[in-house]
Amino acid sequence: MKLLEYQGKELFTEHDIAVPKSYLARNQSELNQIADKLQFPVVLKSQLTVGGRGKAGAILKCMKLEDLVPKFTELLNKEVKGELPKVILIEEAVNIDKELYLSLFLNRGKRSYSLISSAQGGMDIESVQNKVIQDISITGLTQSDAENIAKKLNLDGVTAKSFSNIVIKLAKLVREKEAELAEINPLAILKDGTCLALDSKIIIDDNSLFRHPELRKYVQISELQEQAEKSGFSFVELDGNIAIIGNGAGLVMSTLDIVTDAGGKPGAFLDFGGRATTETIYKALEVISKMSKIKAILVNLFGGIVRTDLVAQAILNAYQDGMISVPIYARISGAESEKSKKMLSNSNAKLYDTVEEAISSLVHYKELSK
Amino acid sequence: MSKKFDIFDILVGKPSDTDYGNKPVIIQGITGNFGSVHTRLMREYGTNIVAGVTPNKGGQTFEGIPVFDSVKDANKDFGAKISGIFVPAPFFLSAVKDAVNNGIKLLVAIPEHVPVRDAMEALEYAQTSGARIIGPNTPGVIVPSVNKIGIMPSQPFTKGSTAVFSRSGTLMYEVSYHLSREGIGQQIALGIGGDPINGTNLIEAFELISDRDEVESVVVVGEIGGDAEESLVQYIEKTGFSKPVVAYVAGRSAPKEKRMGHAGAIVYGNYGSAESKISSYSKVNIPVAKRPAEVPSILLKLMK
Repeated sequence: MKLLEYQGKELFTEHDIAVPKSYLARNQSELNQIADKLQFPVVLKSQLTVGGRGKAGAILKCMKLEDLVPKFTELLNKEVKGELPKVILIEEAVNIDKELYLSLFLNRGKRSYSLISSAQGGMDIESVQNKVIQDISITGLTQSDAENIAKKLNLDGVTAKSFSNIVIKLAKLVREKEAELAEINPLAILKDGTCLALDSKIIIDDNSLFRHPELRKYVQISELQEQAEKSGFSFVELDGNIAIIGNGAGLVMSTLDIVTDAGGKPGAFLDFGGRATTETIYKALEVISKMSKIKAILVNLFGGIVRTDLVAQAILNAYQDGMISVPIYARISGAESEKSKKMLSNSNAKLYDTVEEAISSLVHYKELSK
Repeated sequence: MSKKFDIFDILVGKPSDTDYGNKPVIIQGITGNFGSVHTRLMREYGTNIVAGVTPNKGGQTFEGIPVFDSVKDANKDFGAKISGIFVPAPFFLSAVKDAVNNGIKLLVAIPEHVPVRDAMEALEYAQTSGARIIGPNTPGVIVPSVNKIGIMPSQPFTKGSTAVFSRSGTLMYEVSYHLSREGIGQQIALGIGGDPINGTNLIEAFELISDRDEVESVVVVGEIGGDAEESLVQYIEKTGFSKPVVAYVAGRSAPKEKRMGHAGAIVYGNYGSAESKISSYSKVNIPVAKRPAEVPSILLKLMK
């Protein structure tokens, strides 16, 4: 779960990591309530999960009260990579001397945490120069470890102290909240030498949420997503118009690739996991039926122990109930496939022996290019 | 890993062993939905399941298999070294500790949704006792025509001389099915697992078969996320691993920063991207199939 900037900053505040003075507004009336408290200049920041907000113009500086409403309205209506903000963060601007980079992340290959810091902040980490990378034990990060990192960045005095304190606090946050990533970019050095987190990027391990009730308020998923997750499905909405359903994340991803290679545009990824029953398939189709942009459905199901006639029955039920009307192209390996082909012969669904055959018919379906 | 871990010795044994090809296995979580269904299927395949564990159900039996409260109780009589873990994710860590403390050397960890912190702690715990975890979030491991510990269907697998290592369950079945159809059987098929932290990563999987002459080739089924494939390529370069390898990488068309079903299948920037993995493979001339169905023909060409 990727937190929004303001949510990450709430966790920073909780862990005593300094952030700029800020307010949140969801709409104009909330903005009006805070307007006279603001010390200008302020920075308006669209709260989005996608990156690259600065380049996309989703962060605006506002010098005076008169500009506040137009800039606020502009941001609230600005879509970035298909995402619209629900809330705008309004922060008082600070005088910055210098910007640093600091992050702690789960290093999968090393099965440990690593810390990256740099005296150059504010940019994409892949382009950051002179990185200091250090493997750390998340439980055992000591004051002297943190001070050493400050030394490597050539920090001294008040700044070194403030920086190393933040390193320790960030490590504590990562451990307590079970984050896979906690990044402060930029970490500002103010005129007085102390450090302040200007941005936050925190990703929480979804699988640990069951023991973090305090983080549940940050879960923001669409209704569709919620419905899919309730049924135990993995669901990702994509840009195109073909829904891809299958059993197994790898298999569905692989199908996505083959469809894309053939010129199709996937609009949904749905992995219903190991249980291919009539009911599961029906529920998966139900989720897809709520997406009006979907014009065709591809089912790729690798069986072995799956009875294809149960899947065929689910498809028939979904058509008969009027739940779906778009065509289904299905590859279902498993028992009873001849029977299943017959069951579906008068419907809008067709069974194929290989996924390649299913996809090559699918991409020629005329409605897709309309 | 300092000492070489011999997975075949544990799973199959030596011809001189009295239980050669019939090694005892304990199933943790045997009375659960998943555990019970797959215990039945594993047994049908020939796995010698000697005991099951479910806390508070000690004394019961499941289809004639005695059930105990803990591995500690169960393993007094059986001396099993293999355990299949089917417990719900929140109980994973305690199940691992129970197994490792009581003689289990190979833990096949099926549960999905294990928190990263628990997985890391479990791995450390196992490592200090010289035990090995496969998974979590793995379909398990199968030695075709000997036994299987996991949830994979049996039909796709046939005995032979290739090794299949896969980060995805269904793709392990899919690729093995295509291989078997072309007459290429498997010595072993092992699921790495779809999580960010793997008890046996791709490099360690390669180490399991690097000295085994019966394994003549390897198929690696990867996916987006992390840098397991990139590290594997470094390992292959460094060790001069010489068996033919064919790779597949799922998720070329997946968007960035979206978790594609598996907890570990996510791309940040270039980290974890399919392009990065495919270009790594090309550095050591490992061919990458574009579709699972392409794997056998590429492998057959390499083996000529």
